[in-house]
Amino acid sequence: MTALEETAVRSAQPVSLERANYGDRVFKLVLTAAAFLIPILLGFLVYELWSGSRLAIDRFGFDFITSSTWDPVAEEFGALPLIFGTLLSSLIALVIAVPLSLGVAIYLTEFAPKAVRQPVAFLIGLLAAIPSVVYGLWGIFVLIPVLRTTAFPLLRDALGFLPLFQGAIYGPSMLAAGIILAIMIMPYVMSVSREVLLAVPNTQREAALALGATRWEAVITAVVPYARSGLGGAVILGLGRALGETMAVTMVIGNRHEVAASLFAPGYTMAAAIANEFSEAVGDLHLSALAFVAFVLFLVTVLVNAGARLLIWRVARGSGAGSSAL
Amino acid sequence: MSRLTLLLVGGIAVTSSAAAQSLTGAGATFPNPVYTKWFDAYHKKTGVQINYQSIGSGGGIRQFTEGTVDFGATDGPMNEPQIQAVNGNVLHVPTVLGAVVVTYNLPSLGDTKLKFDGNVLVDIFMGRITKWNDPKIAALNSGVKLPDQDLIVVHRSDGSGTTYVFTDYLNKFSREWKDKVGYATSVNWPVGLGGKGNEGVTQQVKQVEGALGYVELIYAISNKLPYAQVKNAAGNFITPSLETVTAAAAGTKLQKDTDFRVSITNAPGADAYPVASFTWLLIRKDNKDPAKAKLIRDFLQWMITPEAQKMAAELHYAPLPAPVVSLVQARIPTLKASGKAIALN
Repeated sequence: MTALEETAVRSAQPVSLERANYGDRVFKLVLTAAAFLIPILLGFLVYELWSGSRLAIDRFGFDFITSSTWDPVAEEFGALPLIFGTLLSSLIALVIAVPLSLGVAIYLTEFAPKAVRQPVAFLIGLLAAIPSVVYGLWGIFVLIPVLRTTAFPLLRDALGFLPLFQGAIYGPSMLAAGIILAIMIMPYVMSVSREVLLAVPNTQREAALALGATRWEAVITAVVPYARSGLGGAVILGLGRALGETMAVTMVIGNRHEVAASLFAPGYTMAAAIANEFSEAVGDLHLSALAFVAFVLFLVTVLVNAGARLLIWRVARGSGAGSSAL
Repeated sequence: MSRLTLLLVGGIAVTSSAAAQSLTGAGATFPNPVYTKWFDAYHKKTGVQINYQSIGSGGGIRQFTEGTVDFGATDGPMNEPQIQAVNGNVLHVPTVLGAVVVTYNLPSLGDTKLKFDGNVLVDIFMGRITKWNDPKIAALNSGVKLPDQDLIVVHRSDGSGTTYVFTDYLNKFSREWKDKVGYATSVNWPVGLGGKGNEGVTQQVKQVEGALGYVELIYAISNKLPYAQVKNAAGNFITPSLETVTAAAAGTKLQKDTDFRVSITNAPGADAYPVASFTWLLIRKDNKDPAKAKLIRDFLQWMITPEAQKMAAELHYAPLPAPVVSLVQARIPTLKASGKAIALN
């Protein structure tokens, strides 16, 4: 049930409110306005993106998302490498960040000594407060040199038989972007997962332990399944952030309009392209193409989020803690 | 009551006079430091407040065209369709000069400065030269021991006047470049990694041995980057510096009725550094607002004084050469307000 529907259901039965005092009615009015304001804003946003990209839609149509050429001089634009880069870098980020953050969250709620829990959770939460340009600078100055001289050659030696880990190593790459994104979304996934796990009733754990389960078995059979929909929500939050992240990504991804199989190759994302080119774009078609990219990014975000929610809803049907968060 | 009215009237008077004494502009980021310095100095001198937002040349041209600012600023001149869009009511006023240098990372060379020419740079940025010991590079650098190393190209990923100047230079050497890539603030690069901003390009060049990229001259000087000599139209290899950049502008012959939209890449002159450009303010030839027309006219007159041009040099911007200064000086009186000459005082 969406927030909107909830408002609607509640406002259907406020018989007592009708007779309530003036203050209550004003309060209700303000809240209703606030609740509707956001969807209206969203509507305007979509309309603006759509009308801004009309020129590019008319000119390129569906080819826009299957073509790889991005040539501002010849005014030919195709966003396939951007879409590919956005999805792949976010996927890498999830693959790295989700197991790590879930592990940390489980450790902090189930295993860690009391004295450790709060400080560690607080410090990880602090990561969320670092501006993304600082992550980008850290990526350029610290992460990329380490990756280029140490981590990437090791990966290539060990897993070089996969096309994913072949080719020249420059440093700035799809994998570097994925790693930066993983670090950036970890605090979100971790904090929300921890809250969800904390909300699991202790009776779940006690019941599993009483049946002879070890601590590990109790976590895996009783706690995590109970919390799975909430944990799914945590992952979606991280995914949403990874899809839209701009500054840190553009600083480490290499900014090349190309679809490459290798994770060592440079790539590009939709958000990065908009940030890079918007301020200097002069031609109407160039501007319109960038608006089109924004529109596609919006659609991709909606589709990916909807897909992820659907998946989790099917997995977690009828389960407990946090399911209402979906 | 009467005191209150007085206060109100006083307040309005102050506000309106402040409005008349202020200008807004927007555009190029490259000259932002010197513009900020100029506008600050001019404010202290005359009380006229000039607000400048460095949103990029593209944004500057857009806002100027839409009339949301009193003047624009750009590193690449407006093209014909853009000038049509403002019905020709624009004067490009050159303010200072910028230059682009080729920087590289080859520790084995030590302090030796490499030499390039336009054709070799085209080949490098086209992806035809991929090794440092390519015979074409070696031919220009006799006596330098070039390593057998991959040459990795780095370019700007964000739209930029730096890219405009550099590609405008390459464009003059190769028909193929002209057809396939062209020149603009962002282009479809045949090869290379994209770095965001001068600092992004610099970091990638610094970190990858064998990398080559282009950055803005002032940025290269203040960060002590190694940069190459480039062969100019007279056949000399020129080290980029404020003097050789000013020489490039001095070497370019401007007609008396020039619209100042001239490219000075590959300029004639024995000492001219070939990868240089003006940066411009966009001014309305005929301004509907006489008060603002006068403020802009007065500022332009101050901007070409030795006092202001010296401030530019202090910030490492190459100042305008004397012939260009006198051309601008001669043009300022032709600015109009609603079709009439602007009042003198």
